[in-house]
Amino acid sequence: MQILQRVAERHRPAVAFTLDGAPVCALEGDTVLTAILTQQAHLRRTEFTGAARAGFCMMGACQDCWVLTESGARLRACTQMIESGMQLRTRPLQGSGVLPLTDPWPPGEAV
Amino acid sequence: MNAIQPVIVGAGPAGIRAAQALVQAGLKPIVLDESFHPGGQIYRQPPPGFTRPKSQLYGTEHHKADSLHRQMQAMESSIDYRPQSLVWNAQGHALDVIQAGRSTRVEFSHLILATGATDRVLPFEGWTTPGVYTLGASQIALKFQGTVIGSRVTFLGTGPLLYLVAYQYVKAGANVVAVLDTGSLAARAGALAGMLRTPALLAKGLVFMAYLCAKGIPMLSNVRPVRVQGQERVRGLVCRSADGGRERTFDCDGIGYGLGLRSETQLASLLGCEYRFHARDRAWLPQRDEAGRSSLPQVYLAGDGAGIMGADAAERAGERAALALLADAGMAIDQNRAQQLEHQLQHIDRSRTVLERAFPFPADMVPSVADEVVLCRCEEVTVGTVRRAIADGSIAEMNRLKALTRVGMGRCQGRMCAAATAELLASARNVPLADVGRIRTQPPVKPIPIMACPPPAACEKAGT
Repeated sequence: MQILQRVAERHRPAVAFTLDGAPVCALEGDTVLTAILTQQAHLRRTEFTGAARAGFCMMGACQDCWVLTESGARLRACTQMIESGMQLRTRPLQGSGVLPLTDPWPPGEAV
Repeated sequence: MNAIQPVIVGAGPAGIRAAQALVQAGLKPIVLDESFHPGGQIYRQPPPGFTRPKSQLYGTEHHKADSLHRQMQAMESSIDYRPQSLVWNAQGHALDVIQAGRSTRVEFSHLILATGATDRVLPFEGWTTPGVYTLGASQIALKFQGTVIGSRVTFLGTGPLLYLVAYQYVKAGANVVAVLDTGSLAARAGALAGMLRTPALLAKGLVFMAYLCAKGIPMLSNVRPVRVQGQERVRGLVCRSADGGRERTFDCDGIGYGLGLRSETQLASLLGCEYRFHARDRAWLPQRDEAGRSSLPQVYLAGDGAGIMGADAAERAGERAALALLADAGMAIDQNRAQQLEHQLQHIDRSRTVLERAFPFPADMVPSVADEVVLCRCEEVTVGTVRRAIADGSIAEMNRLKALTRVGMGRCQGRMCAAATAELLASARNVPLADVGRIRTQPPVKPIPIMACPPPAACEKAGT
């Protein structure tokens, strides 16, 4: 079950993306955080205990909403807008350990 | 060629009014802001394509929001506005700024820091569970995204924001289970007399409370959180009275939580500004004079980032700091206006003291929190780990505690845990809060891509 409930601004164009490999839809103008938490109840699992986290401050301060992309980039979900075709992961890529070893920050990716 | 190149960090009410005053004096400030659009957190603008009117987004404050947004539009060609720009380091007369994945160096002759604030929180059992958000986050979800943080939401904490956000949620059609104030009714009633001198403040607060009351939303005082129910997400909130008594459970799947605000002072720290302890904010803050001058020449402070006084004060402090900058640069300023702004700020400052009395910080939550509770969300350091380190007896201040336990060393750089850690250390050592100091800021102040790291010289400096 999702955390965030839409109560306004429901009439926006749909944006398709994938979440842990599954095709899902958000609305144009959603943050990555909104796009994921209107689908499910967590964004990430912590490195040390594996506890579920779903962000906390939504203003770029707590750093508790980082998610991965299929290509290994990391995105801060509350300050990144959803884009059509994004491939998002709430779990690390298989076999890569906790952090991907490939360049996690291609130029142009928003911080 | 202009030798004066002012830079403003932050495009909230303080930053915008500062920019306006500089533009009026013929300068072209660079305005760096982390957000997509100007307005700060309080007057944050929704993404393009959203249709709710400002009166719905900002309520009684919509004229102020509109005025600031329009001011930014009007200055489009007269300032160098750089949104989505994170200032991650500050040394001497230069800032390191990340924009679109690349770090650049921005030099300033004069700097106005208007960095704003985030929610102040203390840990309690289950506060990291998905579905627990700050009050600021709860409001951003609604204002910026048209969403609410659960299908049954409980609000917990203290401060004007508690009632404001609950009111906004009910108005938006959300199911609000209860509003739980950690402060006592007696504290709020006692502060009423002071509030009579600031009738606008009182009227607004009463409107929110009366509305919630009329809608049948339970409002309780003197509440202490015991634990959040649920592991993978919030399933309920267990509370009790501050005086003890039996536990009471609220069935909810979202919790909006906050205990007032705390200033974002990292850049002032990196620059080497002197700090002083501010008893009302229970925090070490960069020192500033009435006009907003820091202890460093050409560095000015304005808005909630230099002490919590709210958005109205931020507008005035931003303008006042800009006037100080102009005067220091040898330019003529309107002295009457400068004095008027200072008078207004003093007045707001007095009403702020009354507000703090009405919504006192529940410092007693700290000694009673269980050892197993996570204190540092980033590094998952528990309260028990920190308590054991303190019990050793050799730790007198925050930086030592950080070095030994990693508390405050994670991605958020102590934003979410430093206030609680300081309270914990002070109460365990039985010394005044001021005596445990503050965490010295290290760059980067927020996580940055390693690929964007600037030339080695700056990195060496940053690593010291």
